[in-house]
Amino acid sequence: MLFPLPPRPAVSPRVVVTGVGIVTPLGLGWSVNAEGFRTGRRAFRPVSVFDASRQRTQVAGEVDLPAALPATGLGFRQQLRLERAARMLLLAAHEAWTQAGWTATDDPLPLVLGTTSGGMSLEQDYYRQAISTRPSDRQQITRLTHYQVQRQALNLADAFGFHGPVTIIANACASGANALGQAFELVRSGRATRAFAGGYDGLSQLVFAGFDSLQALSPTTCRPFDAKRDGLALGEGAAMLCLETLASAQARGAEILGEITGYGTATDVHHLTQPQPQGDAALAAMTAACANARVIPADIGYVNAHGTGTPANDGAEAQAITRWAGARATTLPVSSTKAGIGHLLGAAGAVEAVACLMALRGQWLPPQLHLETPDPACSFPLVRVPQSASFEYALTNSFGFGGANASLVLRRFA
Amino acid sequence: MSRVFLHGWGAVSPAGWGVEALHQALLEGTPLPVHPLVRPGRAQPLPVRRVPAFSPRPAFLAHPRLRRTSPITHFAVAAAIEALGSDAARVATGELRLGIIFCAFAGCVSYSRRFYDETLRDPATASPLVFPETVFNAPASHLAAYFGSTAVNYTLVGDQGEFVKALALAADWLLTRRVNGCLVVGSEESDWLSADALRLVAPSIITAEGAGAVYLRSDPGPVELVAVTEPQLFTQNRGPREALRQTRAQLDGVLGADFLLVTSEHDSQLVPDPLATSDWLHRAKQRITPAPVLGEGLGAGSAWQAVAASVALRDGEAAEAVIEVVGSNEQAVAAVLRRA
Repeated sequence: MLFPLPPRPAVSPRVVVTGVGIVTPLGLGWSVNAEGFRTGRRAFRPVSVFDASRQRTQVAGEVDLPAALPATGLGFRQQLRLERAARMLLLAAHEAWTQAGWTATDDPLPLVLGTTSGGMSLEQDYYRQAISTRPSDRQQITRLTHYQVQRQALNLADAFGFHGPVTIIANACASGANALGQAFELVRSGRATRAFAGGYDGLSQLVFAGFDSLQALSPTTCRPFDAKRDGLALGEGAAMLCLETLASAQARGAEILGEITGYGTATDVHHLTQPQPQGDAALAAMTAACANARVIPADIGYVNAHGTGTPANDGAEAQAITRWAGARATTLPVSSTKAGIGHLLGAAGAVEAVACLMALRGQWLPPQLHLETPDPACSFPLVRVPQSASFEYALTNSFGFGGANASLVLRRFA
Repeated sequence: MSRVFLHGWGAVSPAGWGVEALHQALLEGTPLPVHPLVRPGRAQPLPVRRVPAFSPRPAFLAHPRLRRTSPITHFAVAAAIEALGSDAARVATGELRLGIIFCAFAGCVSYSRRFYDETLRDPATASPLVFPETVFNAPASHLAAYFGSTAVNYTLVGDQGEFVKALALAADWLLTRRVNGCLVVGSEESDWLSADALRLVAPSIITAEGAGAVYLRSDPGPVELVAVTEPQLFTQNRGPREALRQTRAQLDGVLGADFLLVTSEHDSQLVPDPLATSDWLHRAKQRITPAPVLGEGLGAGSAWQAVAASVALRDGEAAEAVIEVVGSNEQAVAAVLRRA
């Protein structure tokens, strides 16, 4: 039963990560992404998945998908029907599942996904055929079925042979962080021993045109926190994480990649697409995440900022970090990895949480690319070059349209 | 503290604006009129059940955030205002931390279609005013802005079962004290695109639009949330029929002597069924299926089921009610409500 809730354990279990899968414009898998984040590799190119010639900008962070997908419980025909975002999701899920060494069991496994647009490319195909001068129902049912986000979730259940409650959170660009946070809460509250969670989104014409219509895309270079920043760059990707209690992981002898210790959310009611300039909701989300993790800003060794590169977001986030960190701000390293891979929308929160896990595990700080003159609102040091560091906690921010704000605290496992 | 109660409910449906219009329509049991919706390129219009136009214009639409919104938000806000009642004033003062869970299946389809249409004509001139309203969580954001709620706010996407699962999530937030009140809202808007999609997969079903909302708190109220089952996914090895059987099996031993069964369109289609094996099913005192009267409301449809059950419990028509949902393409799930 989902309700009544089971009794909460007297002591909340620690929630550890035993599997990670990641697909970004940097490439597929932990190693290539860790190296890319560590060294500050940039992965943008001209958009090829749709015609962007009439847009103000024509570049994005595109993923090179492999010709073949890994063997899972999905049949050949099921695999053929997977569109771009669903393929990235499956690749990330396969890497995480395999790394964790999970197997299907009879126990329900909660699946929590974050996305903004699911199988949007199929939805676009569906619409174009529906309005064509010779409308036809040919293949429309297949497109209709497979663009829906619940189908992509069910694909994972079929691929890995599990069952359990599916939660698909569509909180715009905070979706991935919300999904991880929700999964974290399920495990920490004793409602599940394990949870499979992450975020995904593929590039699509509708979303690209949407951000361009808002003049939110940078016509030059995405430069988060730079005084001359002029917009964001879009990307695509997926990240999936296997979460479980520390006791479960240790009982299995699983390798532990890191720990999630805190999650906080808040809603910004200022405007549908613009943050409140002082970053009140961002401050509330960071504060709540730290309270949840029982840490203070002085404990945090690195902040992976939402840092989209838009004037409004970075200004509000800089204010929020400054207010939240207090005296710690002057020494707290901050960077946004979006300068290298773009804004991955519903995948961003999960991918950036993975970047934090990589940094914690390797004890390095991802550099802030393309920074020339920091915005004076940044009272904190931006990580200008790849560097080593010794730190135990990282905090990652995700803020989205509609005022969805979420922060996660991650910890090095030692 | 482990109990959760429904303190209010609201509805907008093809029967009209408000719970009582929905209640009366279900009491009468007559299918509401169907309206033709023109689909470009096809001679045959699509039959839909639409929400009657409001008259006079609701005062809430004067709120700055709601001026450019589409019907999905209008319906959601109206249902939420009705459900929240006088507690709305406590949100803005900070006295009440209000969580919001918005559930959608098709979502903001009319503005999405409009924006993509503009994009296909010329992406360089697509409207920046329309795009933000295409995002799944736009209605939830507007709800938060209207009520002034800065607390946790999720938009959940999936089939009709989402609303039922969201009741359990709301209970979780209440019992862990993340919030001290929670709105669960399901809302959908009609558009030829979604109506045509439903025609493809279920030609006999008539699409409907509207919203339903329930308001939950942990202090005693008129209706108690007793149980929400583990959702049963439709997978390679388990179709809707087996998922429904396993859902019903979870309620063995949960229900009392007589109760109201409120079912969705899809489980009605599985009836008469060989699934009437659960030991509680024969004890159903009465059965309500809103869809034949109101139409298939997708994300709003299961919310209407919850509202219909709550009204029946409030009015003493039954002591317990089961909201049973077999979704279109994801899951079967059920909830049990009891008159407090």
